[in-house]
Amino acid sequence: MSGKTLQIHSSPHVSSGASVNVIMRNVVYALMPVVLFSIYAFGLAALFTISAAVISCLLTEHGLCRWSARATTVNDWSVVITGIIYGLTLPPGLPLWMTIVGGVLAVSLGKFIFGGLGYNPFNPALVGRAFLQAAFPVAMTSWMAPFAAGRFTSLASSTLAFPLTSPTYDSLSGATPLAAMKFNHQPTGTMDLLLGMTSGSLGETCSLLIVLGGLYLIARNMMNWRIPAGIFLTVILLSSIFHFIDPGRYPNAVFMVFSGGLMLGAFFMATDMVASPITNLGCFIYGLFIGALVVIIRLWGGMPEGVMYAILFTNALSPHIDRFIQPTPFGQRRGS
Amino acid sequence: MAIKQFPFAPLLVIPFSQHIGKQAIPVVKAHDEVTRGQLLAKADGFMSVPIHAPASGIVKSIGLVPSIKGTLVNGLYLEPYPASTQEVLEGKPCPLNAGKDDIIAAIQNAGIAGLGGAAFPTHVKLSNPEDTRIDTLLINGIECEPYLTTDHRVMLEQTQDIFTGIRYLLNATGAKRAIIGVEANKPDAALKLKDNAPKDLTVSVEVLNVKYPQGAEKMLIKTLLNREVPTGAHSVEVGVIGINVATAAEIGRLLPHGRGIQERVITIGGEAVNHKGNYRIPIGTPLRFILDTVGVTGVLSEVFLGGPMMGQSVPSLDIPVTKGTSGVIALSQQQAAPAKHSYPCIHCGQCVQACPMLLNPSQLGLLAKKHQYEVMDKDFHLRECFECGACSFVCPSHIPLVQYFRIAKSQLKKARAA
Repeated sequence: MSGKTLQIHSSPHVSSGASVNVIMRNVVYALMPVVLFSIYAFGLAALFTISAAVISCLLTEHGLCRWSARATTVNDWSVVITGIIYGLTLPPGLPLWMTIVGGVLAVSLGKFIFGGLGYNPFNPALVGRAFLQAAFPVAMTSWMAPFAAGRFTSLASSTLAFPLTSPTYDSLSGATPLAAMKFNHQPTGTMDLLLGMTSGSLGETCSLLIVLGGLYLIARNMMNWRIPAGIFLTVILLSSIFHFIDPGRYPNAVFMVFSGGLMLGAFFMATDMVASPITNLGCFIYGLFIGALVVIIRLWGGMPEGVMYAILFTNALSPHIDRFIQPTPFGQRRGS
Repeated sequence: MAIKQFPFAPLLVIPFSQHIGKQAIPVVKAHDEVTRGQLLAKADGFMSVPIHAPASGIVKSIGLVPSIKGTLVNGLYLEPYPASTQEVLEGKPCPLNAGKDDIIAAIQNAGIAGLGGAAFPTHVKLSNPEDTRIDTLLINGIECEPYLTTDHRVMLEQTQDIFTGIRYLLNATGAKRAIIGVEANKPDAALKLKDNAPKDLTVSVEVLNVKYPQGAEKMLIKTLLNREVPTGAHSVEVGVIGINVATAAEIGRLLPHGRGIQERVITIGGEAVNHKGNYRIPIGTPLRFILDTVGVTGVLSEVFLGGPMMGQSVPSLDIPVTKGTSGVIALSQQQAAPAKHSYPCIHCGQCVQACPMLLNPSQLGLLAKKHQYEVMDKDFHLRECFECGACSFVCPSHIPLVQYFRIAKSQLKKARAA
């Protein structure tokens, strides 16, 4: 025994063992079923698009870290999540060069320019997607039908379009449930929405697996359930009211919740911890806002889908929610 | 781990300030012969408590002794006789039915300061203005720190002392009832207390869910009575006085004999320690003697007093255990974790949910990094933080939050003093 070199630490001397990279890795695990289903439903197109998305995001972050002479931050796993989620929001036949351009922008303009992990005001994956939506509106709304024959052996010609060219799309394009509803008032069966039998972005079609992934993260206390709860609450409430007023024009709440990117957005994009409020009440209010914006854009906007913009706008609101919703210290609450 | 009696060290180190308040004034001289239990230093006024000899022996010298802060403080060295026994000098007993003032005086004369760790003089807590109405005496058996088991053992082994202490305390406070709070992970202690509760006392034992830091008095009052002590106020404002269970037991053990504190129960633990357990250790025993006696494996790298959440690292093994020491935890080189890489704050909100004072540690941490101490104090209630460490414990980014807050507080104090 020797007390010659005693270390002095300021307490606590123990920690819970929680770690950012553990949380991030678990989000990746939670997304895996969605990724696998996407590959199953859309074949090589999904595999190539998601891989290109992840690799472009990863290399961008690594390259920018090297360029700015700091230790690489790819090992915190957050950029992997960005890559996967970004990939899952893309349409299956998107040209790979567009995927890569969006991925580079997602990480550089959506995250790195603000200071990297912890400082991004917006969900980086959605920043990349928003750019593509603005720059390539046709490519971003050209859909492939799921479970096409030969999806595991051949790629759609659009996927391999030469960089900087716009492709012509194959005839197998199928309308998404939201577009079918908006433009043709044609509903889709709930079971098809739940199990992912519809066309749509790569990762948004199978609601069931998305919910499972979300529940896993909630159970592990790695996701604040108040965010999806707030979103679903306003979406169900508002869409039920309008469906009640005019059932011919407005879809019912079940359709609204299970169609499009709402499920993926509510569980995996709105819940980006950095871009959402820090208090429980704040998270719930933030969710309510997103839900309301989704309904507004979907029912009266020019586009059939509004989850991406709803989340991005509410991301901007998040610091302000935090400013107004601060916890009241113990001993200062009303009635005490 | 039953409480075992610890032997006397060859040399005891006895600081004159082992409590919050003014240090005691020595009443012995160097080379004086003292008997175990004899007064060594008397209280300096109301905000002070006396100090008694933990062993029979010779006062070697009076002067400066080492302290946990790394500085030297006033105190004395006492060399116990090789054959020093456990016998203690008897004083004037305090009858159970004595008046309020007599009991409070007896508690001060016994040198009692909160044994839970804060070491606040107990008699000060009990002395309140005439018009104060106390309806509940809260006996805190929560065990403030997760690793320590002293309160647990005291509840099991000194059950009668606790109830004797409660009798004194009820008389001293005028409270009609006493509640003993125990966490659900100590069912045996709760059962023992329930079974032995005297019929003529209004005392109940409440079993609570385990939740750190429930041992903090304000938290316990909230859980048990749903009363929230207002900011800046003491518990008496909501009609409650809280006393640690070990303090109550010590009152019940000492007052009937008119004795003063000479020893206390301390958990000795940590991976480096061979014979972990609870020991009744004479006040002033140096850490080196304690660790030599219980045995240590490997090269020591860190020793702290108290528990793992709020315990203080010691700068040297020459410092003694005092009245406020509830644990001695020793880690060897293999176990003391190197400083972890810290990530930026990801706003996960874990710290906000963990904070018992309902503060926003994340925001405070960001401000601390920018040295915005005034903003932390004015807009984010820094002074309410009692440094339980829950925020640092849960932070997945390994940001040293509570450590930042300590720096912020001391910087603010310096700025205000200037």
